[in-house]
Amino acid sequence: MTQRYGFQREWSWQTLVGVAFVATTALAACCLLGLSISLLGHFSIGGLPHVTWEFLTEAPRNNNTEGGIFPAIYGTVLLVILMTLLGVPVGTVTAIYLVEYAREDAAFTRWVRFGVNTLAGVPSIVFGLFGLGFFVQFVGKGIDRLLGLELMWGKPALIWAAATLAVLTLPVVIVSVEEALRSVPRQLREAALALGATRWQMIRRVVLPHAFTGVLTGSILAVSRGAGEVAPIMFVGAAYSLPELPKGLTSQFMELGYHLFVLSTQSPDVEATRPLQYATTVVLLLTTFALNLTAILLRLNMRRRQLMNR
Amino acid sequence: MAAPIPLQPKIRTFELNVYYGHKHALQDVTLEIYANRVTAFIGPSGCGKSTFLRALNRMNELIPNARTTGRVEIDGINIYDPNVDVVQVRRRVGMVFQQSVPFPKSIYDNVAFGLRLNGRPSKAELDEIVEQSLRRAALWDEVKDRLHHSALELSGGQQQRLCIARAIAVNPEVLLMDEPCSALDPISTAKIEELIEELKRDYTIVLVTHNIQQAARISDYTGFFYLGRLVEYNRTRELFTNPQRKETEDYITGRFG
Amino acid sequence: MATSPSADLKAQNVERDTLTESPLRTSHSFTQRRFFRWGEWIAEQLTRLIAFSTIAVIGLIFLFIAREAIGVFSAHDTYPSPPSQATPEVYGAEPPEAASPEVYNPEAEPAQPTTERLSSPAAGNTPSQQPLPLLRNLLSTTWQPVSAQPKYGLLPLITGSLKVTVIALLLATPIGVLAAIFVAFFAPLWLREAIKPIVELLAGFPSVVIGFFCLMVVGSFVQETLGTTYRLNAFVAGIGLAIAIVPVIFTIAEDGLANLPRQLWEAGLALGARPWQVVARILVPAATPALFAAVLLGFGRSFGETMIVLMASGNAPLLSWSPVEPVRTMAATIGAEMGEVVWGSLHYSILFLIGLLLFAVTFTLNSIAELWVRQRLLKRFRGLTT
Repeated sequence: MTQRYGFQREWSWQTLVGVAFVATTALAACCLLGLSISLLGHFSIGGLPHVTWEFLTEAPRNNNTEGGIFPAIYGTVLLVILMTLLGVPVGTVTAIYLVEYAREDAAFTRWVRFGVNTLAGVPSIVFGLFGLGFFVQFVGKGIDRLLGLELMWGKPALIWAAATLAVLTLPVVIVSVEEALRSVPRQLREAALALGATRWQMIRRVVLPHAFTGVLTGSILAVSRGAGEVAPIMFVGAAYSLPELPKGLTSQFMELGYHLFVLSTQSPDVEATRPLQYATTVVLLLTTFALNLTAILLRLNMRRRQLMNR
Repeated sequence: MAAPIPLQPKIRTFELNVYYGHKHALQDVTLEIYANRVTAFIGPSGCGKSTFLRALNRMNELIPNARTTGRVEIDGINIYDPNVDVVQVRRRVGMVFQQSVPFPKSIYDNVAFGLRLNGRPSKAELDEIVEQSLRRAALWDEVKDRLHHSALELSGGQQQRLCIARAIAVNPEVLLMDEPCSALDPISTAKIEELIEELKRDYTIVLVTHNIQQAARISDYTGFFYLGRLVEYNRTRELFTNPQRKETEDYITGRFG
Repeated sequence: MATSPSADLKAQNVERDTLTESPLRTSHSFTQRRFFRWGEWIAEQLTRLIAFSTIAVIGLIFLFIAREAIGVFSAHDTYPSPPSQATPEVYGAEPPEAASPEVYNPEAEPAQPTTERLSSPAAGNTPSQQPLPLLRNLLSTTWQPVSAQPKYGLLPLITGSLKVTVIALLLATPIGVLAAIFVAFFAPLWLREAIKPIVELLAGFPSVVIGFFCLMVVGSFVQETLGTTYRLNAFVAGIGLAIAIVPVIFTIAEDGLANLPRQLWEAGLALGARPWQVVARILVPAATPALFAAVLLGFGRSFGETMIVLMASGNAPLLSWSPVEPVRTMAATIGAEMGEVVWGSLHYSILFLIGLLLFAVTFTLNSIAELWVRQRLLKRFRGLTT
């Protein structure tokens, strides 16, 4: 046991262990930082010089060794818009259910939460299989049969890719909207109900306006996630080199991420297309980060306002 | 009956002030706490008694924006001296909190925790000290068969006694207790009060409580804090039967709480 | 109000009776007037229905993947016509790194002699061989779907997935957990607020970009430093996966560590422990459920990851212990071959079967992480929650 001679510091090997411990953890944090920075730096340096206006607005030429990626940008934008239109309403309503109507102890509520969490953990390629097996083979072929068509909806198409991504990003939307809904102060809800409003009226008039930020954040995060996912759309609608821009919901389309993948692994002259690969990466990264940053700022703003209202 | 232990000052404070930011939480406290006695501090909530207690083992430093001026001498050494190692201070001055905080480990590991911090005592040593501490905390009989069960299985009163055992396992000289019974039922409270009477033979005990009767029951000396100042400090019997200050009298007669 | 006295009395009695009834009864008038609010009912049921869709979707995923996978039992193996390209008929030994429809890695190793590959078609190429019995085929150790006698051995794929996942976890867990400890306990506030967004940044990288990074930078780097034969192999893919899962592990671990009750910290300090001792001996052990969940989720994420592996692992279905040989994972196989496969064929169904397996594994892992973590957390901290 410790002897008693005042309170002098004991310089034991314990102190060294302590220092080593803290140093190791700091080192790990540095690794993480270094990783992010080197990734960013590598692509910025390699790709930014090649991102020109022509690059963004022209179609690829000469077997993708020259030209731009406009069709891929166009395809991605269409995809993402469709995905949002399909997914955000469903996600928002689910979040409303979870916050406003669900009883916390009910089995149904637990199942829904379990469903959301499970969805969040499904690998993206499995979503691709789902898109193929359900949307294309079942829904698509079903529509074809119904309308007596030859093979229009029952093949890989923009709409099915969008639907697949909508399902994939559902958890993201639900979580964001839920967070925003829960940030509405309890007193506000009670005040509305005390005035004789029905539940739905309270939701519509008092809660939903607050939720708007959450819906926005959720949509933006979903878009950021969806724009970067390649595996789910690889065989559900994305294509490599198309002669023209997608005309309708049933067309195939080019997409940024998929374009990068094919360019870097399957083009006959990989070296020559290198600049385009890097530039495509930069465009993809910039889009993702810009979207993420916007979502983070929105969320910060919402939290700050929530704190002030308390 | 052992010979009575002579009165010796163990802790002395000189013009102790504690500030939380701009708030002057403790003002100019100068007093002596005697060894092997139970000293209780009472006062309404927010009066500074917990702040005072935490100043005795430098726990206030954990709060951001906290500043302490003045001296606190334990056995003649100012614990706020820059040369003093705060970790050593905390080994010699133990603390039991209002909410019992058992670690999510076994009962045995909870009590042995402090012993394992520096160096590796042998299993025999550990076993002996763990048993001794649990006996002193009046918990041994209740847990001796399940030492390796999780400490979280114990009841509230047992957990608090476990925290006391854990604190005395490192053999401190002073034991600070911040409202140790406020979260407990009357029976557990009675057990712990009994315990405190026993413990004072080996340790100096400083107790903060909002229960005036408790202070009257078990302490030898009592101090009354009000609005950050030490209003009165005297032998318990005298403070309660013959309070010198009006505020003290008002408080102990329940005119304000 | 000209009523008879008895009627008056009756009225009074009625009044009195009403007064002595329980309060619930006296609101008679309100409950009677209350009509069923159709709008409310519809709104609630509709939201319920849509919320149900999230559970339904999972069921649908399982169902429709299984539906296509069932074809395994009924599909005839459509033998593809002899491939027009020079497909190397390699049986497990050499990695077919160059031109093959299955392999997305046209980066031909300049050192590798090309003659080897073209000479092997002679081996075992009897077009009229009978297909192997299905179960034995699935459990065999060769994955060679495009050949005269298609081999659908799942073992190299499963071990491939496991290999890269283990490598990724070995790399990512120490870094993620240690960094989380640093950020939760030792970093000053400004550093904490700087590191967290940067890790979120890392999390935002699409996996195709990480795969590209491995392809470009990591592969060559590893080859130069470690002198590996193959530029793209399981180790490189493991590094890529580690990059992808380290933010997951970090975030969950940091969350668990930072949310421990504050009293544990104070109690530890009050016993005279140094800050690092409190962290190492009390706080980190107390956060074990969260740490375990972090690792489980990291495992699930990297087991199912496709793009990084497709681009960085060399894509050769080899069955070996070595971490520096190319490998093929389950997810990558689906991604690589689904685009080329004939719909409805046995190959197609087997790919769906692989997908089903993948789904089952990640589903189980996720469920364990959720249930176990919540249960343990509840048990351990029952006594500590204020």
